[in-house]
Amino acid sequence: MRSSRRREGISKLTGQERYVDDLTVEGCWWGMTARSPVARGRIREIRFGRGVDWSEFVVVDHRDIPGANQVRLIELDQPVLASDRVRHVHEPVVLVAHRSRQMCRRAIREIEIVVDPEPAVLDYRIKPTPEQIQYGPDNVFKHLRIEKGDVDRALASAAHVIEGVYETGAQEHVYLEPQGMIAGEEDGVLVVRGSMQCPYYVLNALMHALGRDESHVRVVQTPTGGGFGGKEDFPSNLAVHAALLALKSGRPIKMIYDRSEDMGSTTKRHPSLVRHRSGVDSQGRLVAQDIEMTIDGGAYVTLSPVVLSRGIIHAAGPYACENVRIVGRAVLSNSVPFGAFRGFGAPQSQFANERHMDRIARTIGMDPAELRRRNLIRDGQTTSTGQVISDGTDRVEVLERALCRSGYAQKKEECVSFNAAHPYLRRGVGLAAFYHGSGFTGSGEVYLSSCVDVAGLEDGRIEIRTANTEIGQGTLTIFATIAAERLGLDESQIVIAEPDTARVPNSGPTVASRTAMVVGRLIERACDDLRRTLGLSEADTGQRLRDAIMKWWAEHPDTEPVGHARYESPPGVLWDDQTYRGDAYAAFAWATHVAEVEVDLRTFATRVVGFWAVQEVGRVINQTLARGQIQGGVVQAIGWALMEDCVWDDGAMANAQLTNYIIPTACDVPSIDVEFLENPYPHGAMGAKGIGELPMDGPAPAIVNAVVDALGVEASAIPLTPERLMELVTHG
Amino acid sequence: MLSEAGGQATLLGGTTDLFVHWPERMLDADGVFIDLSGVGALRAHRWEDEALVLGGLTTFWDIIQDERADREMPVLVQAARTVGAVQIQTRGTWAGNIANASPAADGVAALMVRDAVVELTSCDGIETIRLDEFYLGYKQMRLRRDQIITSIRVPRQSCSVERFIKVGTRQAQAISKIGVAIAQSQAGWRIVANSVAPAVCRCRTVERALDDRVPLPHVDALVELLGSDVSPIDDIRSTAAYRRGVLARVLYHELAPLCEWVGPQRGAS
Ligand SMILES: Cc1cc2nc3c(=O)[nH]c(=O)nc-3n(C[C@H](O)[C@H](O)[C@H](O)COP(=O)(O)OP(=O)(O)OC[C@H]3O[C@@H](n4cnc5c(N)ncnc54)[C@H](O)[C@@H]3O)c2cc1C
Repeated sequence: MRSSRRREGISKLTGQERYVDDLTVEGCWWGMTARSPVARGRIREIRFGRGVDWSEFVVVDHRDIPGANQVRLIELDQPVLASDRVRHVHEPVVLVAHRSRQMCRRAIREIEIVVDPEPAVLDYRIKPTPEQIQYGPDNVFKHLRIEKGDVDRALASAAHVIEGVYETGAQEHVYLEPQGMIAGEEDGVLVVRGSMQCPYYVLNALMHALGRDESHVRVVQTPTGGGFGGKEDFPSNLAVHAALLALKSGRPIKMIYDRSEDMGSTTKRHPSLVRHRSGVDSQGRLVAQDIEMTIDGGAYVTLSPVVLSRGIIHAAGPYACENVRIVGRAVLSNSVPFGAFRGFGAPQSQFANERHMDRIARTIGMDPAELRRRNLIRDGQTTSTGQVISDGTDRVEVLERALCRSGYAQKKEECVSFNAAHPYLRRGVGLAAFYHGSGFTGSGEVYLSSCVDVAGLEDGRIEIRTANTEIGQGTLTIFATIAAERLGLDESQIVIAEPDTARVPNSGPTVASRTAMVVGRLIERACDDLRRTLGLSEADTGQRLRDAIMKWWAEHPDTEPVGHARYESPPGVLWDDQTYRGDAYAAFAWATHVAEVEVDLRTFATRVVGFWAVQEVGRVINQTLARGQIQGGVVQAIGWALMEDCVWDDGAMANAQLTNYIIPTACDVPSIDVEFLENPYPHGAMGAKGIGELPMDGPAPAIVNAVVDALGVEASAIPLTPERLMELVTHG
Repeated sequence: MLSEAGGQATLLGGTTDLFVHWPERMLDADGVFIDLSGVGALRAHRWEDEALVLGGLTTFWDIIQDERADREMPVLVQAARTVGAVQIQTRGTWAGNIANASPAADGVAALMVRDAVVELTSCDGIETIRLDEFYLGYKQMRLRRDQIITSIRVPRQSCSVERFIKVGTRQAQAISKIGVAIAQSQAGWRIVANSVAPAVCRCRTVERALDDRVPLPHVDALVELLGSDVSPIDDIRSTAAYRRGVLARVLYHELAPLCEWVGPQRGAS
């Protein structure tokens, strides 16, 4: 089908879009944050220097918090502002506000937070000493376990047992627009506007910390310059900070992080360590997968339990194996809390799994593609949680298409002859087969119970009301297409309401590849409900619908016609959160990616020279946007695989500048070939499944597999920087 | 103005280095900024009989656009093209690259390999210093705060070999983890490396070995020689080991096709 134009495209291209920092607010002051200088300790004293006149400033600390000093999320362990102890460098302690931003900067430099240091955990992989325990008996935020069949018995009788250990590093989101919020009281209601993915998360956090009910808080999302998960949980913290300064000063407050503050003090992707022990029979079929995954949660729980959950559920990959044991742990360290990031644990666990599949293939002397071909789940077989897959997608076909488009077999031969002839360049080809569950894990969607409203406006147009946000991925455009298609209207007749908690129902967060599939489906159902409200049948579309809306308004000038929908689980989807068994996701998207690399043995730099991405994502609603998601995800994963390296110093990022935190430029990425195989999913909007996170899962292992193919060294940790590769090649 | 400011003023060239630190570090420079961009005479470069003369405001882009530079001094163009990306090349100046005194300055390596001389002007007069004698240590140079780099003279000696190789953190917008400029002329071999010492520097031991045609049969021989020329460090961009190893490898692979005494020796087993 035709791709609709991006709705806000022109205003973004022409610079007319107004981001939060572009908004001018009458009488607004600037807010800024004074932070902990050490990784862990007890706050002894806060000294206010004499370099500024403090009477000009409004200063807030933990004593100014009217509600609970807790950032409301899964647990309540993270304070809004540290009171007696700090647990990571850059932890917020004091807030200041002033008319001038420059004066705020000066004031922050005048605040000295004196901390008596305590033993900090700076490497999550090492078992903590008793003095380092800060959470529960063992610093473990969450333990999870998946068990299927009898792993020990299967391993004991397997023809081959192959082990491997894999590591992934932290990753910074580098959204274009740093975090920013404006807070102020308007007629007794505290209004917060800012850059965010999840307005209702922010609302809940504000109510909790300010001790206000829903009628006295309102949250509005401003046009948001990228999120990637970085604006899922963190905006709650900043919103509460801005609100505290606004309440104390009685003025609107703007807080905008600059790049180094943003990179230094906000969440990143969880680092991970994954061990594999697999049993394979003489035919190369997986008979046992024994997997242990540890992720670094950072200083507070934040979203780590659910990141771990998605991580372990994806850890065994899209393969059929009757004996699987997966043990997961999220542990504390004294660094900035790790948080949501595109893929949410699945890229980490599938990096390990897809690297490990290659290791198995090498060990038993089978082509990596053939090993996957033999093990990919066929309809009727089950995943590690016992979920029966029967969506009608031919996963082997996805693999074959990727091999065919990339010319995999021929490329492999070409690489061999190229490598034999060249003095210092080496080429290799690698692949990864993977999957990504759409929507919240397990019973998450049922628990969220998301709502959407669709209203008929007085002028006959349709307004869609959801709390889901446009963060560059195309929500506005997709929603308009879905409603227009459902109601037989032109897209110009569809209005998308601004995500404003005073106007839109809670349709859940904009995360987990759920927006098009889950919320889009709610829009379809709310459209149907609107027709029912208007006394129309499903066949009534277009002009007939418009006429009915106009007629409604003529007859009921005071009541708007609104269609509602609330989430209902697709029939037969069952999940047991206690045993981690059942249908982990209502639907999965499936993919195979192939990478070709060239390694320069003078510099040990790896260049990705070719990339082919084939995926089955249900029906594609908008080709342009969908390709953009895949290509963008591949680029982000190239960065994660090869160059994005958080350099840690005392648990804080030492390279919190774009000069030294290296993300790919246009010159660092090849052209990316994208193909979609479409198998409509009956419970997703227009047949769609989730797509946003999928492309983050496969490219890193495909690329590293290609490097291994080129050089024959077992690289197992990313980012595979030239420095690390040199170590591997020269010292093994 | 500079001398009136008592040595406290900061000169603004293309500001591509200075503005990276805006606004944070600008708080420290509580003072006077003198914008040179109004001094039109500093912009143009010219070809004299003996030298190419760059002005104090000549940009990388000015040289990239000059076909004559491409023909006669390709090393300058090659280095200029590796600086940041086009936006930086059109604003960044050669003089700013020198005065910023970064050990990673790509432009400096290319100028130094061609024996460039800087001309410093103050109320007291004009002083000229060879670029390879200009730096004294990390961010230390023979430039007084009341002096302006008014021109850079690049001698027009012809080189049989000249090139600049940059190993950056990525393909564009990258700071050099290692850079190396190579030239050979009647004056002998010149090897200039950046990011491997407190300042961009000539590798004189290697130069002498090349002039004397000392056999360098493998990479390790170069590693050894470079040991007395460079002193790389571990920092947030790379490691000392990487810098040392890769500088040697890059040099080796560049020199081997040019010098029969570099590489496996014919007749050797
Ligand atoms: C995104 C980005 C990428 C970059 N990439 C590279 C790169 O790849 N390679 C590289 O080498 N550099 C790079 N740089 C650094 C910078 O662009 C260069 O060093 C450039 O040559 C600086 O020139 P400028 O005119 O902009 O200097 P300015 O910022 O104006 O000044 C730099 C310093 O020189 C002094 N100064 C300027 N002109 C004079 C003069 N005529 N006399 C005396 N002192 C003077 C200033 O007071 C200041 O101390 C990059 C910078 C950025 C922002």
